[in-house]
Amino acid sequence: MQGLGINVLFMGNNLPRLLEGLLITMKISLLAVALSIVLGTLLGMVMTLRNPVTRCLTKVYFEFNRIMPQLVMLFLVYFGLTKLFGINLSGQVSAVVVFTLWGTAEMGDLVRGALISIPKHQYESGAAIGMTKLQNYRYVIIPQTLRRLIPLAINLTTRMIKTTALIVLIGVVEVLKTGQQIIEANRYTVPTAALWIYGTIFFLYFFTCWPISILAGRLERKWQN
Amino acid sequence: MLKENEPLLEIRHLRKNYDANDVLNDISLDICKGEVVVVVGPSGCGKSTLLRCINGLEPIQSGEILLDGLPITDGKKKWSEIRQKIGMVFQSYDLFPHMTVLDNIILGPTKVQGRKREAAAKSAEKLLERIGLLDKKDAYPRQLSGGQKQRVAIVRALVMEPAIMLFDEVTAALDPEMVREVLDVMLELARSGSTMLIVTHEMQFAKAVANRVIFMDGGEIVESSSPEEFFLQPKTDRARRFLNIFNFEK
Repeated sequence: MQGLGINVLFMGNNLPRLLEGLLITMKISLLAVALSIVLGTLLGMVMTLRNPVTRCLTKVYFEFNRIMPQLVMLFLVYFGLTKLFGINLSGQVSAVVVFTLWGTAEMGDLVRGALISIPKHQYESGAAIGMTKLQNYRYVIIPQTLRRLIPLAINLTTRMIKTTALIVLIGVVEVLKTGQQIIEANRYTVPTAALWIYGTIFFLYFFTCWPISILAGRLERKWQN
Repeated sequence: MLKENEPLLEIRHLRKNYDANDVLNDISLDICKGEVVVVVGPSGCGKSTLLRCINGLEPIQSGEILLDGLPITDGKKKWSEIRQKIGMVFQSYDLFPHMTVLDNIILGPTKVQGRKREAAAKSAEKLLERIGLLDKKDAYPRQLSGGQKQRVAIVRALVMEPAIMLFDEVTAALDPEMVREVLDVMLELARSGSTMLIVTHEMQFAKAVANRVIFMDGGEIVESSSPEEFFLQPKTDRARRFLNIFNFEK
């Protein structure tokens, strides 16, 4: 007998399994996002240096990560490293590595952009009232940089979260893979399950990323000057 | 304490160049306490650069600058300390956009001079009242007009109680109807005995405010005279040609 698609969701522990998958997705994305923010901030600061060597190196790194599809990067790290050097990273670790490499590049460029967008006059006005370089950064430059940066960084976070769906392809069992397993298991009894499961996954992603987007929009409006 | 006619700021044989370009060529100038000196001259004559050198925003190649008889360009004293005594207001009225007017003004006193917030706020409010902007103390810079921002920028420098104030074309980026309110604040400062070094293109204002007018051209001081003398009978051809730019005849 063919069941109603929606029932599949509530059969056995399907829903908790999906949520568990979501947890893996979130774990990988948030870990990568946190690392990207720290490393990207450092990279962004280095990118503003006038030194031709650092300039060239960071540019190559940034362009490489921007142009290379994330999926290719995942395959390179997951399969390539094993083949070439015998380094055996688990799917989850590979995912964190790839998304951190990519996120660091994107974040670095955002930080660089925010830093150079502060006009020279702001540095001079701060200096002119007798602030040391450190005080100037602490009270004048960094607060303004953060205001420009945070909405952009939040948008990057949502992009990273949804792009982690790709890691299915290196065998990590996250939310999408769990969904596929449930669909497979019910292929004969409930052929319409796919629509319901994918629909549910859509909403899981949506409700994860939407609040973050709203937050970004709010901050942007609050801080526009 | 300095007496009236002793120099507060002494500039001796100052030279500054970018690569092979001489921007300031052997500038010597004394400014006494309470004196208002206006520097005029064509664009690119080095007058803004001179101000920036006095405040350490531009490195100099040779010569020296003394404040209160002590050298400030020998690298022994930190610029962050010297700049507390030399207030500077720029052409681009750059308040800190993420802070209210009051916070902009008390940032220096509280963080640099270590004064208590309440005390700093009190002197800030007194100064704001003097320029008629006390009601804007909790406003953000984006809510102010250009003229209001520039007046707040003047107060932000004044609140540090500097020995001398430098004004670098502070009305050049303002709409014409806002120029007056800023110049009035400066006139009032001059009358209350502040020592000021002003770079400006407003000749009428220069005439009204200056004790002495310096005319610069090509990185040199060409003329130094009283405003009456300079505007009516300039000594040099170069000054005469410069002043003619501002004359219109039917």
